[in-house]
Amino acid sequence: MDIKAYIALSLVLFTIGIVGVLVRRNAIIIFLCVELMLNAVNLLLVAFSKMHALSPAAKASANFAGDAQIFVFFIMVVAAAEVSVGLAIIVMMFRNVHTVDINFLNRLKN
Amino acid sequence: MSNTFNLVWLIPALPLLGFLVNGLGRKSLGKSASGFIGSAVVLGSFIFSIMTFMEVRQGHTGVVHFFDFLNVSGLKVAFSFQIDQLSSLFLLIITGVGFLIHVYSTAYMHDEEGKDFAKYFAYLNLFVFSMLLLVMGGNYLILFVGWEGVGLCSYLLIGYWYENNNYTDAAKKAFVMNRIGDLGFLLALFWLIGKTGSMEYGQVLQTATLSKLTAFDITGITLLMFVGATGKSAQIPLFTWLPDAMAGPTPVSALIHAATMVTAGIYLIARSNILFSSAIITQQVITIVGLATAFLAASIALKQNDIKKVLAYSTVSQLGFMFLALGTGNYVAAVFHVMTHAFFKALMFLGSGSVIHAMSGEQDIRNMGGLHKHMKITSITFLIGCLAISGIPGFSGFFSKDEILAGAFGYNTIVYAVALFTALMTAFYMFRLYIVTFTGKFRGTHDQEHHLHESPKAMTIPLIILAILSIIGGYIGIPEVLGGHHQLAAYLSPVIPQIHHHLSHETELILMGLSTLLVVCSITFAWIRFRNFKINHNHNSLASFLENKWYIDELYQFAVVKPIQKASSLFQLFLENRIIDGSVNGVGKLVNYGSRQLRLLQSGQVGAYVLLMVIGMLILFVIQFFVS
Repeated sequence: MDIKAYIALSLVLFTIGIVGVLVRRNAIIIFLCVELMLNAVNLLLVAFSKMHALSPAAKASANFAGDAQIFVFFIMVVAAAEVSVGLAIIVMMFRNVHTVDINFLNRLKN
Repeated sequence: MSNTFNLVWLIPALPLLGFLVNGLGRKSLGKSASGFIGSAVVLGSFIFSIMTFMEVRQGHTGVVHFFDFLNVSGLKVAFSFQIDQLSSLFLLIITGVGFLIHVYSTAYMHDEEGKDFAKYFAYLNLFVFSMLLLVMGGNYLILFVGWEGVGLCSYLLIGYWYENNNYTDAAKKAFVMNRIGDLGFLLALFWLIGKTGSMEYGQVLQTATLSKLTAFDITGITLLMFVGATGKSAQIPLFTWLPDAMAGPTPVSALIHAATMVTAGIYLIARSNILFSSAIITQQVITIVGLATAFLAASIALKQNDIKKVLAYSTVSQLGFMFLALGTGNYVAAVFHVMTHAFFKALMFLGSGSVIHAMSGEQDIRNMGGLHKHMKITSITFLIGCLAISGIPGFSGFFSKDEILAGAFGYNTIVYAVALFTALMTAFYMFRLYIVTFTGKFRGTHDQEHHLHESPKAMTIPLIILAILSIIGGYIGIPEVLGGHHQLAAYLSPVIPQIHHHLSHETELILMGLSTLLVVCSITFAWIRFRNFKINHNHNSLASFLENKWYIDELYQFAVVKPIQKASSLFQLFLENRIIDGSVNGVGKLVNYGSRQLRLLQSGQVGAYVLLMVIGMLILFVIQFFVS
């Protein structure tokens, strides 16, 4: 398929993720949007890797340019770790203030 | 010869030592100790001055070099003393008359507290030191150092009784007016350095240097030097400080404002006579200013009632005569008159101090009278002073004043006429002073009458010595027409080239006779007028015009002081408060405002922080790909 479709989809997902991070009030939803952004990037990486693998230059050489597909796994691992830590923090905060609304959590003020 | 010149540094060093000892030890020294030290150092300087004078009389002159005062590229100024005929003569006057006044002060000031007494002598010694630097300096810069020093000491001594605000105001007035003159002098010095590259007398006062200066240069430099002399020697327009300076103790008035400091201007011009002889315009200005000052001050003195003010205006008038002599090119006559004036004016000031002492502080002559029978020595010596200043033949003033008048006659007849009339006024007001104070009936209070007594020996002996000098001091300048050979002119001729009068001997004799006759008439007129003096209260307009000093102080107040005060209050309001304070406070206010706005960024809202992160990321992105 045309690489442009993949790029477009990835871009849309990324933008939705950014806007969601900026706009949403619930902390868990914000986390969800961060995951969305990461996965958008994953998609782009895989698509480009496949694009390069299918190009004539790669077919000619013996080394297979599939680095990006391996990198995707790194990103997924990092995302998982980050989610676990972040959710743990949110649970702890909920125990103190009984809400996950970020407008309420402004103790960094002044 | 070189022995004496090696010791010449002692002449100013001794008074400096006296200043330090009396100044630093003023709380621990007793009155007799500080008075003795103060007078002894001046006596020491006098002895060394006599030795120097003897050396110079044999023809040994020279420059004694101590060290390089300033040595920068292109300008080399040495700390050196010029020992020649002119400076040695002034040395004798300063230390001699100064010593007598120091001795007088030990008795006059004995009512003061110990530390004030020592302070007085410290200031007086500092003054003598500065004046000696002035006359002994080998270049204009050392002269200027001494010039400033005497101005400072004048301020310190006029304001000696500092608790009185009027006295300190008078001191400030003297200092500020001096300063105005000093500005002119400084400009002259800068000009001189710029054109000749040196300030040493040996280099500047040569005929060779004159060729380096254009006529404009010479006129400018000499005029500016004259402005300096105007301030220091109380000529129009900077003379009003001298009558107010009478607020100081009487010996101070005698020393500073009669015999020495005010003659600094004349010394300056006499020293630079080569420059002044080539500046015709400046000489005309000096003549006119000197004559006008002499006339103005004499007219004011006619109507003054404070004994010291009469003498102060008399000093201004006599200084005008000296400048008249300088302006007509008669430098020797001016120096001669400096000498004789120092004698008889110091004599009369000290005599007035004696009178004030006896009258328990009273200074108004309308409350005096008939003092002759109570204080014979003071009265007789004062009379000698009056005869000298009036120019009666036989006394010193006759020779010096007649020489000035002869020079004026040779210059311009109208100038001579005005000068002669001023001399007549001088005789009139001086004898008015004498007659009203010492003859007639006593007009004061009973308490004062009981207290009248002759002053102690420490005060009367200087009076007697000065009276003798007022008589014989003129004999060194007997002109040829009377048979002498004017030893003073001959003595000064290496420094001041002799000019030869164009007057014939007959003319000179006629002039002398005429002035003597008119002066005797003036004195007789004063005797008739004031013999039975009663205080009268008629104030015709001319009398009050003269009594109020031609309203010159009021004129200065209106034309100079008020505009300056207005300007400075304008500056205070506008520049100081609005602009300078405004900008300094404004910086503070700006920082305050900026930080208040920046603080709002820290809202604690997580969403805002995330937004800022995203924006920062975008900016980096843009810079990375599109800008660099």
